[in-house]
Amino acid sequence: MFRYIVRRLLQMILTFFGATFVVFALMFANQDDPVQALAGEKPVSASLREALTERYHLDEGLLSQYWYYMSNLLTGDLGESISGREIGTLLEDSWPVTVRLSLMALVIAAALALGAGVWSAIRRGSVFDNGILAFTLLLLALPIVVLAPVAQWIFGMELGWFPATASRNASFYALLLPALVLATTVVATQLRVTRTSVAENLRADYVRTARAKGLAPRRVIWVHVLRNSLIPLVTLIGVDLGVLMSGALVTEGVFNIPGVGSKLAQGIRTEDGPMVVGFVSVLVIVFLVMNLVVDLLYAALDPRIRYE
Amino acid sequence: MSDPTLPATIDTRPRSLSGDAWDDLRHSKIFWVSSGLALLILLMAFFPTLFTSANPADCTLSRQYAGPSGGALFGFDYQGCDVFARTIHGAGNSLWVGLLATLLAGVIGLFFGMAAGYFGGAVDAILSRGIDIVLGIPFLLGAVVFSGRLSGAGDDGVTAVTLTLGLLTWTSAARVMRSSVVAAKGQDYVAAARMLGASPARLMFRHILPNAFAPFIVVMALLLGANIAAEATLSFLGVGLKGDAISWGVQIAEAQKHARVAPAPLIWPSTFLAATVLAFIMLGDAVRDAFDPKLR
Repeated sequence: MFRYIVRRLLQMILTFFGATFVVFALMFANQDDPVQALAGEKPVSASLREALTERYHLDEGLLSQYWYYMSNLLTGDLGESISGREIGTLLEDSWPVTVRLSLMALVIAAALALGAGVWSAIRRGSVFDNGILAFTLLLLALPIVVLAPVAQWIFGMELGWFPATASRNASFYALLLPALVLATTVVATQLRVTRTSVAENLRADYVRTARAKGLAPRRVIWVHVLRNSLIPLVTLIGVDLGVLMSGALVTEGVFNIPGVGSKLAQGIRTEDGPMVVGFVSVLVIVFLVMNLVVDLLYAALDPRIRYE
Repeated sequence: MSDPTLPATIDTRPRSLSGDAWDDLRHSKIFWVSSGLALLILLMAFFPTLFTSANPADCTLSRQYAGPSGGALFGFDYQGCDVFARTIHGAGNSLWVGLLATLLAGVIGLFFGMAAGYFGGAVDAILSRGIDIVLGIPFLLGAVVFSGRLSGAGDDGVTAVTLTLGLLTWTSAARVMRSSVVAAKGQDYVAAARMLGASPARLMFRHILPNAFAPFIVVMALLLGANIAAEATLSFLGVGLKGDAISWGVQIAEAQKHARVAPAPLIWPSTFLAATVLAFIMLGDAVRDAFDPKLR
């Protein structure tokens, strides 16, 4: 286990510096006028120009710029947005509702994927199974830019079943529709992966042994098969966190939820370079750390991986 | 004595994987439905005037939210533009950006994947870490920074979005290519060709590539659907197509604000976008089923 953790940590450090450098270089490298690039198409006043140059050390070489940027980032100093607000405070205000929304989406998606996926795998080729496959195909074809506004219009406005928007301290119920919409971005792949891996494991020797021992079918499926089938699902959840972040960018904007996603979307609209870079960098770090956690979880679930 | 369970004549011609797959596909309803839909959308994209003679840029505020009439099947939107004409003309940009981006991703993925799979060792290690780094950035977050950086003031954003999508989505193609090249490399026919003195380039392109191509094509079809959706998402967020460019994403973003009053301008581009993505995903699915011998 120790060797596995060390190897994964080393890999993550490499990916971490690579990914943050890409984001950083996109924003700052090879610009005719990096200050203007940060401020978008707005005119830049002399004092703002000076502040941005000093903040991002734009008068120095690229690598030393990156060094300052990373050390600021890692000490939690995100600087100020173009409109003069602390990016750290903006982030602090907006993350709780985003975390709640994403967690709800993740739990909904995983519960659906597990329930329907296992059932589908047991009844392979049945009406239910084919229905589920057609349904996941439909979900895969509905991009979130279609689903979020249309769901808001149908369920939030026409039918009035759910509130059409949600505030910072939104209740569970107010966040339910956005969470369902967000869940659709990940549930289809999760369901298909669960179905395939359960179906494969059902044919494994250890299942035959368990059945031959006379174990109850329920115990064979929910204890023996499921533990092995969870492995690909858990890995997928790590990747899905990135999909959820992308989805939150659209969902929060549509449902007017003042979370990280809509703040970032606002930063994009107002062409606030420092805010976009700050938010994206923090999200990339969160994504990488969560993926490391998922990988460790995955090793706990499957001893074969630890001894690789 | 003849075996009664065998057909009278047996086709003894050698059958290739692609021949088998085509046989499968010919009998698949999903394949015909999805390719029919895809063709219709391609027709719409390249010859929009076959479907509508109205000018999509002709907007008059006095027609705001006017109902369907004459050529304007879907009525008019907030700005008084013909929703039908804009939806039809929107197909062009979406498909064009999607196709070019997928092609770019395919070329990058093909070369990186083949190089990593064929050479192995250090080349593989470097390229695989490169893939990890690209995958370490959540897609839309990277795209937002990328696209904002690439688009200049005053252009319509087509080049910026195409480059953004191409440069961020080649990883799946590269991974698939790499693993099929690794599998094909160890085959006897490759060893035979090598012993006959084939150069690495000939080995790769003449012997390995044709046999590693099927899974790659499937990934391309799925990626095309995903990239069309991604273009709409970026345009929706305001970092995709802009200015006078007509795009389903821009239409949806605009109509979403007024959905309570006028749902039609939201519903139609959404339907067309979903149908387009569905067509390519179904096509990819059908082709994969046909090419996957394990499912037979």
